[in-house]
Amino acid sequence: MTDFLDNWGLILITFLPLVGALVMMVVPKEAEDTHKALAIVASGAALVITILLLANFDYDDAGTLQFLVDKEWIPLINSGFILGLDGISLPLVAMTALVVPLVAIYSWNHIPEPGNPKAFMALILILETGMIGSFVAQDLILFFVFFEVVLLPMYFMIGVWGGPERKYASIKFFLYTLFGSALMIVAFLSLYFLSAEQTFDMRVLTELGGLDIARTTQILIFGGMFMGFGIKVPMFPFHTWLPDAHTQAPTQGSVILAAVLLKLGTYGFVRIALPFLPEGAQWWAPIIGVLAVIGIIYGALGCLAQSDMKRLIAFSSVAHMGFVMLGIATLTDFGINAAMFGMVAHGLITGMLFFIAGSIKDRYHTLEIKRLGGLLISAPRLGWILGFSSMASLGLPGLAGFWGEFPAILSAYQPAPMLNEALFRTLMVIAALGTVLAAGYLLWLYQRTAFGTPSEEFADDPEITDVSTIEWISWAPMLVLIVVLGFLPSLIFDVTNPAATVVVAAATGS
Amino acid sequence: MWFLTHTWILPALMALSFVLILLFGKRLPRKGSEIGVVAVAICFALSLVTAGSWWNHINSDHSESEHAAGETLGTGSAVAAEHLEEPDPAAFDDVQDGCSRVVDEGAVGEHTEEAGHSEGSDEEHSLALTPGENASGTAPPAAGASQAEEGEGHATTKPVVRCAQWFPMGLEGSTTITVGTMVDGQSVFMLFVVSIISLLVHIYSTDYVNGDRRYTHYFAFLSLFTASMLFFVLSQSTIQMIVGWELVGVCSFALIGHWWEEKPNSDAALKAFLTNRVGDMGLLIGMTVLYFAADRSFSILDINIMAAEGEISHGLLLLASCCLIAAVMSKSGQFILHTWLPDAMAGPTPVSALIHAATMVVAGIYLVARLYPVFFEGLSIAGSSVNLLAVVGATTAMFGAFLAFVQKDVKKVLAYSTVSQLGFMVTALGVGAWTAAMFHLFTHAMFKACLFLGAGSMSHACHHSFNMVDDYGGLRKIMPRTFWTFIIATGALAGIFPLSGFWSKDEILAGTGSFVGAEGANGTYHVMLAMLVIGAFGTAAYMTRAIWYCFFGEYRGHGEPHESGPRITIPLIVLASLGAVVGFLNLPKEIGPISFPESLHTQFEQFVEPVGRYFPEISHASFNIPLALFSLAVAGLGVLLPYLYYWKGGLAPLRNLSERNALARVGKTVLVNKYYFDWLYTDVITGFVKGPLARAANWFNAHVLDAIVNGVGKGAVLTGRFVYDNIDQEVVDGAVNAAGTTASETGGVLRHLQSGRIQQYAALFFAATALLAGVFVVAAG
Repeated sequence: MTDFLDNWGLILITFLPLVGALVMMVVPKEAEDTHKALAIVASGAALVITILLLANFDYDDAGTLQFLVDKEWIPLINSGFILGLDGISLPLVAMTALVVPLVAIYSWNHIPEPGNPKAFMALILILETGMIGSFVAQDLILFFVFFEVVLLPMYFMIGVWGGPERKYASIKFFLYTLFGSALMIVAFLSLYFLSAEQTFDMRVLTELGGLDIARTTQILIFGGMFMGFGIKVPMFPFHTWLPDAHTQAPTQGSVILAAVLLKLGTYGFVRIALPFLPEGAQWWAPIIGVLAVIGIIYGALGCLAQSDMKRLIAFSSVAHMGFVMLGIATLTDFGINAAMFGMVAHGLITGMLFFIAGSIKDRYHTLEIKRLGGLLISAPRLGWILGFSSMASLGLPGLAGFWGEFPAILSAYQPAPMLNEALFRTLMVIAALGTVLAAGYLLWLYQRTAFGTPSEEFADDPEITDVSTIEWISWAPMLVLIVVLGFLPSLIFDVTNPAATVVVAAATGS
Repeated sequence: MWFLTHTWILPALMALSFVLILLFGKRLPRKGSEIGVVAVAICFALSLVTAGSWWNHINSDHSESEHAAGETLGTGSAVAAEHLEEPDPAAFDDVQDGCSRVVDEGAVGEHTEEAGHSEGSDEEHSLALTPGENASGTAPPAAGASQAEEGEGHATTKPVVRCAQWFPMGLEGSTTITVGTMVDGQSVFMLFVVSIISLLVHIYSTDYVNGDRRYTHYFAFLSLFTASMLFFVLSQSTIQMIVGWELVGVCSFALIGHWWEEKPNSDAALKAFLTNRVGDMGLLIGMTVLYFAADRSFSILDINIMAAEGEISHGLLLLASCCLIAAVMSKSGQFILHTWLPDAMAGPTPVSALIHAATMVVAGIYLVARLYPVFFEGLSIAGSSVNLLAVVGATTAMFGAFLAFVQKDVKKVLAYSTVSQLGFMVTALGVGAWTAAMFHLFTHAMFKACLFLGAGSMSHACHHSFNMVDDYGGLRKIMPRTFWTFIIATGALAGIFPLSGFWSKDEILAGTGSFVGAEGANGTYHVMLAMLVIGAFGTAAYMTRAIWYCFFGEYRGHGEPHESGPRITIPLIVLASLGAVVGFLNLPKEIGPISFPESLHTQFEQFVEPVGRYFPEISHASFNIPLALFSLAVAGLGVLLPYLYYWKGGLAPLRNLSERNALARVGKTVLVNKYYFDWLYTDVITGFVKGPLARAANWFNAHVLDAIVNGVGKGAVLTGRFVYDNIDQEVVDGAVNAAGTTASETGGVLRHLQSGRIQQYAALFFAATALLAGVFVVAAG
């Protein structure tokens, strides 16, 4: 069993969803329930194997790659098919493997217009392969391939199943990300040609730590990666694709986008940019820190100005990812740990908020905040879940969001030794101000949507029902995890900490 | 001991109660309230047993150390002084390994040194126990010697600390963040206060909110609140304090907004939460500063020992104190972040008694008291005459009392009274009267809870109105139990001898050390004393006014008011009795010629106040008869003037003064508008952020950033089209056709996509790649 997992575990979780998608190709389009079931089975199987991997993971040794697969792939350019799981990948893989089946279950009776579950579910499965692949790939070319695989399904999801502005939103999303990818691959290639050993093997590149690459060159290459990853995060001022993509995407698309896709960017920083190019990272860290904090405040202000619930949640992502990037920019163990925790917490919480927004849209056929109200009367449980998720999102201690936020603020007090302490302490104070604004926009949203009494328009609308069974099944695991991680942060920190110290050591050269 | 090491059971029990009520509450005959009542009753019993254990614990300590002190005294006072400066290693016997780095290191030193000096003399031995280099040598020997002469004070209280690793951080988990319980006099007494008020409020609520639309949720949140508060009180690390601090805040939010159908209630809830968030900024930053200042430790014990022994620079302590004061200002309703507390009265009255009078709002006081060495050293409290904490407290005490005078709503009177009384406690901490602050917290919890519950009882009788000016009157005869308990609690609040408030308030006034004949105070805070006296006068006056409107004159409401049932009046009687007598728990050692036997005086102080390395050496003001008489006279005058005005119809020149005198009119307008803080915060600041600022950010997003993006996008499309038309038509076209065929087989809808665009981006992609590859090659070359 252990041998089997060692050799096949990561391959299975990566490609099982794809196999599911291929099987769906041969099933006729009309068998809609079969398609939905197939998607649940395929992503569920990946989840089961992920759980087995989690059970067999050596947590004392979370800093090194485990379940390693190392096969020859493109010998011509010395690129290998290398997969591995360590403390940085594990939380994100686990979250992806959990969120996708939940999305599939939610889709059981929530296939957005214009229908066609066959194509819709297949895209979700292809997405999963791309996402999990990105998190376990340990070769830059392989990583890049998976990274790009994610792009197309999401483009189609927004472009076909999206809202009225879907064409603009999907093209913007595609254009933006592709632009970043172009710069990223250039950065990867220059890294390949310039580093001491010509390889795409991420293990080797981490070990080399930018050896033999001049500082200026490191800064330039880091710049390429910064564009690639920063757009994906998204960092201010490259975030403008996000509100449109989120607002137009179908619920499932928004959930996956928020929960997993954004993390590809932050993951890239932690896994690739920081350890490969230490001097570049140190030069860029203050810039990243400043942009992160601008993002926190700017995103929060953007939220306050929104009149559409989904767009508001989308803007809140900009603010929350700002905390993650602030943690990364400090180049400290606290910061990286906070960032890793923040990624998972944001994935669960904002994913949950998008689920709720989707369900509200199904019932009210609008997300215009001023037309909503009295949700706690019309659908009490839905209202409670919204309140719970809002509290989690504003970083309430005891729920998951806090452990991404507070340690990030704390780490900025004392960044890595080569960074400007005064600057980061200023950033810390401004970031702390962001927590006030976060409470402001979330509670204001909650007051306007959930408190009060329903407007006449919706007072006796029979369509407005409380949480359905399918919704409970797909939400409960996320809700439970938000509480559990809030009280047992060690579930994540135990795993990320050994790996984070490796990253910090590489990035600061200590 | 078992009860001291297992206090975690209390919050755990209440948390369990919360979960059970949520899950099963609605199906039970009493809708879940029975679970809450039983759980909190068990908690109360446990807190009593814990208090007993603690009493035994310190008394066994005292006898040991007195024995030791006697020995040392025999060898001469110089040695005694030296002995006192040495940290007593036995003081931390009950601290579990891993809960405090400083103590752990000390313990290591102890074992190794002990091995080497096992044959050494007593004196050497005690010196050898000094762990490493500590700065205690800088303390003036005179202080030690004078304490030795008093024959007490070298007793060290032994905090019982238990903890578990919460999560690791840093290389090899070099920093371990722990969660646990820190049990000493301060936390034990607070356990008692929280659980007794909570129990009485639970019992009271079964009648008061009977038939409420969200009865079950109400009890669930009472349980959650109690759990969070106990969790906060028992905190072993500062990060645990933050968690507890915020959790009580969210319970407060939920309970203020309990009737959220009405917008004013949800507005009040939001205001409370957001104002507290502003203060929380200070909390997060202050705790961060302390974490790094204490050499990366969240342990309260570590921070306190290092601060008390001068191992943290004064500047950092000052910075941390100022940040934490912001948190205290919001949570404990201090000027200028007090504005949420009066609005919080929108919640059910028992909640106001429990959360917004007796327990949650004193969390700020508790926090300062818990980290007292930080404030004591950081603000240089000893030997000073002014500091930020004292100024904030005294200002609040005085201006809060003024505001209470113009309220029509009896709960608002009590709310501003709470603001003002919390100011007394903060001032006490600011002037170094630590025990006085804790003692006032204790007495205030009893009589203020009684007053709030009394107000609830009246509203219960008078059709849920709290407007005492228009709807009350003459309730004295109709509601005798409510009346008498209210009178007793008012007397205690006003500081009438011999009720509890007299003793605690007098300790605070004496603690300022600036009245004639003051002895033993830490500094001379003249201005604070003056402001507190004015506050005390105001307190007596506004309460007398409230009593007039509630209980005297003619009934002005409608319907037939009636006395409340036993579940309401029994808690009132219990609280009023406690409010009357608890003052005797901390009798001074002597009042003029009368000295009290040892088993009677300063019992509260001995029980609560820590002595040892983790607490600064504060001195205690002795009872000052002239001051006590003066403050009694002030309170008496505060009662007399309203008495003449309302009962006797006297003081004619004061009637309608604001209609005749411009100055009085301005004063009244300012008071009615609550010093314009609400206007400033809600209309000016919040209005600006939510309105122009947010809109500006959104405009920037749409018209600047997006315009650039769209421009670039259009340019890219044009470039792509150019490339497509002129260069790559055939190659790319072939690929696109193939892709299109696949797509149409996969799903019919995909066919309708503008697949034409993709090729343009592909072209752009390759163009960008080629361009940048060139840049990098040039740069690298």
